[in-house]
Amino acid sequence: MKPVIEVDNIWKEYRKGIDRKYKSLRETVTNLPREIFGGEKETFWALKDINFTVNQGESIGIIGRNGAGKSTLLKILSRITPPTKGSITLRGRVASLLEVGTGFHPELTGRENIFFNGSILGMRHHEIKQKFDEIVDFSGVESFIDTPLKHYSSGMQMRLAFSVAAHLDSEILLIDEVLAVGDAEFQKKCIGKMDEVSKGEGKTILFVSHDLNQIKNLCQYGLLIQNGTLFQRDLIDKVIDKYVNTLEKTGPIKFNKKDNKSVYINYFSLKNDVITGSFCEFELHIESKINIKSDFAIGIRNLENQPILQIFTEHFNSALWINIGLNKFSIIIENLNLTPGTYSINLWLGNGLVDLDFNQNCIQLIINQIDKNEKNKPFINFRGYYNYNSAKILKNKV
Amino acid sequence: MIDEIVIKPKSKFSFGFDELFQYRELLYFFTWKEIKIRYKQALLGVLWTILQPLTMMAIFTVLLSNGLGLSTGNMPATLYYFSGILIWNLFNQAVTYSAQSMVSNANIIRKIYFPRLVIPISAVLTASFDFLISIIIFLGIVSYYDFLGTVDVDWMWLLLHILLAFIITIFTSFSLGTFLSSFNVKYRDVRYVLPFLVQTLFFLTPVMYDATKIQSTFIRKIIELNPLCFAIESIRYSFDSNALKFPELSIFVVVIIIVLYFMAIYTFRKTEAYFADII
Repeated sequence: MKPVIEVDNIWKEYRKGIDRKYKSLRETVTNLPREIFGGEKETFWALKDINFTVNQGESIGIIGRNGAGKSTLLKILSRITPPTKGSITLRGRVASLLEVGTGFHPELTGRENIFFNGSILGMRHHEIKQKFDEIVDFSGVESFIDTPLKHYSSGMQMRLAFSVAAHLDSEILLIDEVLAVGDAEFQKKCIGKMDEVSKGEGKTILFVSHDLNQIKNLCQYGLLIQNGTLFQRDLIDKVIDKYVNTLEKTGPIKFNKKDNKSVYINYFSLKNDVITGSFCEFELHIESKINIKSDFAIGIRNLENQPILQIFTEHFNSALWINIGLNKFSIIIENLNLTPGTYSINLWLGNGLVDLDFNQNCIQLIINQIDKNEKNKPFINFRGYYNYNSAKILKNKV
Repeated sequence: MIDEIVIKPKSKFSFGFDELFQYRELLYFFTWKEIKIRYKQALLGVLWTILQPLTMMAIFTVLLSNGLGLSTGNMPATLYYFSGILIWNLFNQAVTYSAQSMVSNANIIRKIYFPRLVIPISAVLTASFDFLISIIIFLGIVSYYDFLGTVDVDWMWLLLHILLAFIITIFTSFSLGTFLSSFNVKYRDVRYVLPFLVQTLFFLTPVMYDATKIQSTFIRKIIELNPLCFAIESIRYSFDSNALKFPELSIFVVVIIIVLYFMAIYTFRKTEAYFADII
């Protein structure tokens, strides 16, 4: 049997600045000479030579950092924008969910919106009629079905929107991070539904998400996209491992010389293996042309790049005293009660509101599970209170 | 049966009518939605569709016929002006809705694929819905005069002339609106051009006057090349002739309509693929 999706040498070029809202005629006229005489058109390739095939019933998670080209790929697959080069063959009815509730109108009632939204997503009138009760039931908004949508809470709107999407009856489903709607309970219901659809009904699913856990639960295979190229297509666990590993270096990081800066961080490394609840020690080198008292902050982010924790010297009435030349610091964070997993670290050096130096995603911080053999050594002494000073930056010259 | 879809860079130009036919239900829903939305939370609802042309008719009759004493031939002044307003409103609304339709549905265009032509077509259909209601009022007034014996109408010819006028107006406004809508995606200047364009066309269309009475032959010929003039005149003709009668320059008008139509479809289809990128 032929694969359901065949992606063959797909390239997509975008012009820089084309995402500007709109142009006026005047701007085009003033830019005309440059366009005609071939002034440099700034373009970039959002996707470069993407090739893969998907068989029927496979569920594939597309992973990559922001701007890697995941959404562009999905847009091309949904025929919203054409590729610049290459071709794609899709065998079967395609439903793409780049957004739930596309075309929802606040003045229309829930019932009317189900019909319009369903039809825009490619459902036939009789299909919608046939599934109407099921959709309403799934959304849990029965009693408001004839109320205009504008009187719904945003959660209810989302639930209604997802219910329509969940009842799409097409062979291929393209989904872009739409599961992050509603409350936790509804999310669980949605994932359950997606799971049922892919495993039970043999539908093919392509799913883009930043939530690695969701992808792991839902997909058998993964595609890793980096800077517009397809990096890996494999079983989902392997792809996630690869993604996590290529994300950042764990080892020490040396920064280039920055001549324009009077003070900058030139070395940073993690000194110990960190387990949940234990301490964590970093070595930090700062090169300076001046004597200065500076604030310092460590930002810890998860793999979805959401800020998790920020430790800022000012909050502890502390600061770094930096002298001319090379300064070496050892930084210790005590009681780092982060759940096991991988995090990335941002470093900031500054004075009041002035940034002296700022480095994003410097190294990867892996927090390990507590060792099972050391169970008798509890790392949390719960005494019914929380000590606000438990996270501390201790400063001392090495 | 498995539908096979091949996605490729935009290459050859096609009208894609078969695809449009596949999406006919969406066309229906788009139109249905637009009509629903228009009269939601309006106290008088659909009544507005009737009030506006009736008011215009009253003003024109009082001002032009009673005030200035302009002759309207065999037709009662009310019917004479109403016939012009009918066609003009259909054109005005169809062009205005469709020219803005792409931009006002930008959020849908960015997220879902469907033949984009569905949008301007549904805008024209929405305007036709209003036309349908006004036509019922118009026919009501005609039958009132018929009952009084003021006019002598042959209903079949009248309906045929109305249908002809409707088709001409629909095609003209669809072409103009579709052309403007694809232009509007890239250049929002359309927003400023549109009211000006519509106003200019209003004076070039014999809504308030009789084109055949224009003194200068040259100007008259220009006005008669306007497809809307054709449409309005054919309704008015049906009151003094018992056959399908065409205005003088009808062949040229038909050519103009066809050229406009193909030009619009061509421009739209050529730019359509990249709407989602630039809208």
